Amino acid sequence: MATVKFTYALKKFFPGLKETSTGAHSLQEVLHEIEISHPGIRSYIVDEQGSLRKHVNIFIDGSLINDRAKLGDSFSKDSEIYIIQALSGG
Amino acid sequence: MLPTVLLGTRKGFIAWHFSKNRWQFENLFFEGSPVSIAYADARTGTWWACLDHGHWGVKLHRSNNRGKTWEEVTAPAYPEGEVIKDGIPATTRYIWAMADGGKNFKSRLWIGTDPGGLFMSEDKGNSFQLVESLWKHPTRKEGWFGGGRDQPGIHSIVVDPRNENRVHVGISCAGVFETIDAGKTWEIRNKGMRAEFLPNPDAETGYDPHILVAAPTNPDILWQQNHCGIFRSVDAGRNWIDVGQAEGPANFGFAIAVAEDNAEQAWVAPANSDMTRTAVKGALCICRTDDGGKSWKAMRNGLPQENCFDIVYRHALATSQDALMFGTTTGNLFFSPDRGEKWQVLSNYLPMIYSIQFAE
Repeated sequence: MATVKFTYALKKFFPGLKETSTGAHSLQEVLHEIEISHPGIRSYIVDEQGSLRKHVNIFIDGSLINDRAKLGDSFSKDSEIYIIQALSGG
Repeated sequence: MLPTVLLGTRKGFIAWHFSKNRWQFENLFFEGSPVSIAYADARTGTWWACLDHGHWGVKLHRSNNRGKTWEEVTAPAYPEGEVIKDGIPATTRYIWAMADGGKNFKSRLWIGTDPGGLFMSEDKGNSFQLVESLWKHPTRKEGWFGGGRDQPGIHSIVVDPRNENRVHVGISCAGVFETIDAGKTWEIRNKGMRAEFLPNPDAETGYDPHILVAAPTNPDILWQQNHCGIFRSVDAGRNWIDVGQAEGPANFGFAIAVAEDNAEQAWVAPANSDMTRTAVKGALCICRTDDGGKSWKAMRNGLPQENCFDIVYRHALATSQDALMFGTTTGNLFFSPDRGEKWQVLSNYLPMIYSIQFAE
């Protein structure tokens, strides 16, 4: 089972959000799973066309994903997936 | 005067209330989040917060109890596959206007967005649908472009109270469009406007009405603070006449308000042109006309007259009966009880102010 971790900043909007294990095989499936447990959260991470929001990052095992448009990056069952906000703005 | 004002600011949704003969801070919501529009639906008293999270996208919240509790509703979203232009996916980048659908359409709400989509709800805002007829207007992809923002945006939605299916929208940069059938079909209403920034100043679209408002006593009289002057129409937008002062100060700016009881009386908040976007000569003034724009009077009593950088964004000047209020880019909030004759400072320490609305 891969592990999904979230930035603390998302907990402001989804207080029950916590690290979770997933049997999903793609990032799209991961988003689908967490949308079911936390309705509305998908729209905080990706826009309505499915692209990762400009100031949101997803790391897989410490590396930034490459496919921000379709989230096609792969991961293994031992992977750690980290959904985090970019440091920007003021 | 309505006793509440709602402020949309760079750092939250702020309510002030008038009691015991003075304005007082009432509450702050969404602390730290940019609020592009703080809107009250006068029909229901529902407050709406249009949020522009830098990281998490545009969000929409509403409250039926003056902010005691808020509920997030699905923000307007572009259908899958829609594009601004070829290769640029369409996503909601900013909510720039909100309007209720009128007394005869109690469930109807309108929202204007960057990148140029108008959205309509027929279920009290539980869901919003893209108005396809305007989005697919033949002029959009080539004849609309960004002005003030990177992409075209709808910042003004004016519903005619005599026929609430008749709506004018203001788009930067495209111009003024009118529907008489609740958005099924559209007419361009740009005749008489200027677009000095275009190679062809008589183009069909590409105009930059910074804000469009109607006179409450005669909705056929429309006013706009435009990028290229102040324009007025007495025939519901079919013809526009520049009523600004060529040599200023009532010329360039963003905001305009019209008196609730007099279609000839309006206020603008002058700024230096697009070269600098600062207060004119370092001094803040509001200009008022009492004769439909034939003449303007600069009103400065109580406003800073030196070393001032404030300008007033397009939704940040509002009127209610004799009262006027405006907020500035540097977080100053000013109030006049007498149509601008004299001004008092309500705060010098607010965030950048994007919108002001009087409410119950």
